[in-house]
Amino acid sequence: MSKLSLVTKGFVKDNPTFALMLGMCPTLATTTSAVNGMSMGLATAFVLILSNMAISAIARFVPDKVRIPSYIVVIATFVTVLQLLMQAYVPAVYDTLGLFIPLIVVNCIVLGRAEAFANKNSVLDSALDGLGIGLGFTLSLTVIGIVRELLGAGSIFGYKLIAGDGILVFVLAPGAFLVLAYLLVIFRKYILKNE
Amino acid sequence: MVACLGCVTLVCAALLGVVYVYTEDAVSAAQQAKSTKAIEAVSPAFDSLCEETEADGRTSYYVARDAEGANIALIVTAESSKGFGGKIKMMVGFLPDGSIYDTSVLEHSETPGLGAKATEEGFKGQFRGFNPFQRKLSVVKDGGDVDAITAATITSRAYCDALQTATDKFNTLSQEVFPKPQQEEEPAAGEENIEEDTRNE
Amino acid sequence: MEYIIILISAVFVNNILLSQFLGICPFLGVSNKLSTAAGMSAAVCFVITLSTLVTYLLQHYVLDPLGVGFLQTIAFILVIAALVQMVEIILKKLSPALYSALGIFLPLITTNCAVLGVALTVVTKEFTFGGEAHMLNLGESVMYAFATSLGFGLAMVMFAGLRETLALNDVPKAFKGVPVALLTASILAMAFMGFSGLV
Repeated sequence: MSKLSLVTKGFVKDNPTFALMLGMCPTLATTTSAVNGMSMGLATAFVLILSNMAISAIARFVPDKVRIPSYIVVIATFVTVLQLLMQAYVPAVYDTLGLFIPLIVVNCIVLGRAEAFANKNSVLDSALDGLGIGLGFTLSLTVIGIVRELLGAGSIFGYKLIAGDGILVFVLAPGAFLVLAYLLVIFRKYILKNE
Repeated sequence: MVACLGCVTLVCAALLGVVYVYTEDAVSAAQQAKSTKAIEAVSPAFDSLCEETEADGRTSYYVARDAEGANIALIVTAESSKGFGGKIKMMVGFLPDGSIYDTSVLEHSETPGLGAKATEEGFKGQFRGFNPFQRKLSVVKDGGDVDAITAATITSRAYCDALQTATDKFNTLSQEVFPKPQQEEEPAAGEENIEEDTRNE
Repeated sequence: MEYIIILISAVFVNNILLSQFLGICPFLGVSNKLSTAAGMSAAVCFVITLSTLVTYLLQHYVLDPLGVGFLQTIAFILVIAALVQMVEIILKKLSPALYSALGIFLPLITTNCAVLGVALTVVTKEFTFGGEAHMLNLGESVMYAFATSLGFGLAMVMFAGLRETLALNDVPKAFKGVPVALLTASILAMAFMGFSGLV
């Protein structure tokens, strides 16, 4: 598999949200606006790349029985590093994403990729895989965020396009499920089919 | 086996310790900047800021000073647990005459599009210059002078409740923050200044 | 009285699944059959309540006094992983049938956002259960965790029941499976929104 395809497969074929259906919790909760979705995706990508690399490096030395707890500790470390860096340099974004930053630890995507890819491949390949999946995740979160923000508040990335209030339900809980359902159908029917 | 897990944990904890120490200053600087920004939003332009602690020993209030060192505004934090979604925490800036310079919501869990409108200009703008000693700090429905948000009366009431707490704090603190000239005895700070103002007109 | 308010608030008003979006993966993954959903909810209930108890004590008696708050994420997740391991061992001995029915989903409780989410919430957020905003004490925290898991179970069981009925119906091909489940969840979430303002 070429290095480039390692990255691009995360966009469509292995898209974590629409193809693999992993990491649903932050997908539904943090996509109330395009900016929030994108920030969450990038934060997850950061952890994903670093933890993939670290786990790929130590995979040979870790006995099979304590494999999962060790991976989790490594992931938790990078999540905490992310937390500290965000608190120091982008506190506004940190406050908006709130509880879901530490919850990246239990994001199925991160542990899933570690198990499925990182512990069997080289450090470089794992990093590229992390990059691809992370960018794919960011892409899907941003798309969902754009739809929800546009329909729910009439704006995109904070720029108001439609005057007045939008259809409020889209930035609330039910709207998250709704938008995800329809985007999933569109993805499966039209995009995945052409792969 | 467990030793391996312990090893991994120790290395990770050590790494985290390093990152923590490295970012410690930046984190507290960021928090300080956030606090200062919130204060600047509710206070007239000042040259220096003084932080004091209230009687309970935990909550801070701030006194803004101009270039000559005179106190020009008192900024307090107040909260109300009567919000629709829970606690509403805000910062209120008072001028020496007791009127509100501006208000700013720090934390809330209100519904977007309804109670969350409390942070928008349309609602909070009415409190700029509002003097709680001259007008009633409750929604029109309760016989007061505050225009509530349509379909978000509970949030509006909670906002007024928090402002009332802030006003009570002002009452307690104004004697020492804005000391009155000696010739008159001391009624509540707000009322006295109203008399002064009308006399000056 | 406050404990009843905590119960109503956590089960209906701020339902962990339909309002806070924690625990969605098992929600979509395990809810095809009512019996598996019920079994999963029971296991999650046990893990959430116990882990909140342990992590609360850990935070207040170890992490805070030693000033190592930044180790919170690592410490909490290790506690949860250990507890899940313990539940697996106990369940294997006490009820092998349920153990095999839950299969892969039992170790997956470790990565259930709801467990870590609740553990973190009780040590970071202030609550206003019928009084002034305050941080929860031990009793309130455990009650909150238990009530949250009841809410989880309620939503899971309701959803599983709906999905079982839905599987027998004529769903458009493109929507079969997860999409129609998501639409159902959306309507369920809307229904639960009616509880807001209750307490």
